Amino acid sequence: MSEYTYPILLGIIIGTLTRVYMLRTDYRQYPTYLHGKIIHIALGFIAAGLGALAVPSILEEDFTAVTFLTIAASQFREVRNMERNTLTEMDSYELVPRGKTYIEGIAIAFESRNYLVIFTSLLTTLGYILTNLWGGLLVGVIAFFLSKILMAGGKLEDIVEIEYVEPRFDSSGLYVENIYIMNIGLPERRKEVLRYGMGFILKPKNFDSRSTIANLGQRQAILHDVSTALGVYRDSGTPALVPLAKRDLDDGRIGIFVLPQERDIERAIEIIGKVPTLENAIRMPTERKKKEEGM
Amino acid sequence: MDFEKFILAVITTNPKKAPSGVAVFHCDNKEEMDEITANLEAILDGIAHSLTEDLYIIVKH
Repeated sequence: MSEYTYPILLGIIIGTLTRVYMLRTDYRQYPTYLHGKIIHIALGFIAAGLGALAVPSILEEDFTAVTFLTIAASQFREVRNMERNTLTEMDSYELVPRGKTYIEGIAIAFESRNYLVIFTSLLTTLGYILTNLWGGLLVGVIAFFLSKILMAGGKLEDIVEIEYVEPRFDSSGLYVENIYIMNIGLPERRKEVLRYGMGFILKPKNFDSRSTIANLGQRQAILHDVSTALGVYRDSGTPALVPLAKRDLDDGRIGIFVLPQERDIERAIEIIGKVPTLENAIRMPTERKKKEEGM
Repeated sequence: MDFEKFILAVITTNPKKAPSGVAVFHCDNKEEMDEITANLEAILDGIAHSLTEDLYIIVKH
């Protein structure tokens, strides 16, 4: 055994544990199944191995060995493609689809988490080699928590105020407060919609969040998350019963109309609040102004 | 050509209001109109929208 065996082992263990931690199954239910998890833990293990090996190879002045990190990069880009393809394929069979923006967000998260694993195991091994086992562990734990901070994105409750509103009909038009959702012709269908439907108003807290929640992908993500968590009163062949999110053009508020199976207002508000703000939807028009002022 | 939205059928009790170039179902009263619309909505997998009290359209979204 070489002097680097234990540092590398520690790096791999901490790195793989980081990946396992980041792979928790939550209410969004992905990945739920065992095989999906095994794939990601295996890839996490490979990532941890690559990160752990980088430090000894530099110390041994084997500089070309570091180029395998570029192989890692292309490997994990492939992970992103794999996730994107799988989710896109499955999306057409969802009663309320995730939408492309959400899928892209999930795929990016999968790729970036592997890089976080590399980062964690690299620092752990470095810590062990420079100090001792305890130093390595300490660095590993710090990197672990740093990864935890880095992996968490923003939540919708940070940028909007959520309010429950009973949906109503004005002749055949369905409204959530003053926001027009859709036209439903059949009186029978209107009754169903009023019985099961719930309306929410998302009021943006500032000008930036106004553009963010206007994004169609972000809105679809909200509808998907609510429908996943609370169920959905819908089936194929009933296109009229569709959850929708429409925008008030005057002030940028969003009217959400959903048809959950479980009508629990508190929980629905909580779930909408926990919807991630999608990286691809975030807009910051006010940043531009600040920069101009600063110049 | 790919249409995003398309009128699949029109159901009406008022023959004067029926457009041309699309399948029109003429009904005698509101009840019959509702019944036919509910069936067509399920069969055609479209959404029934009401334009006026006596005119429904089924639209594929």
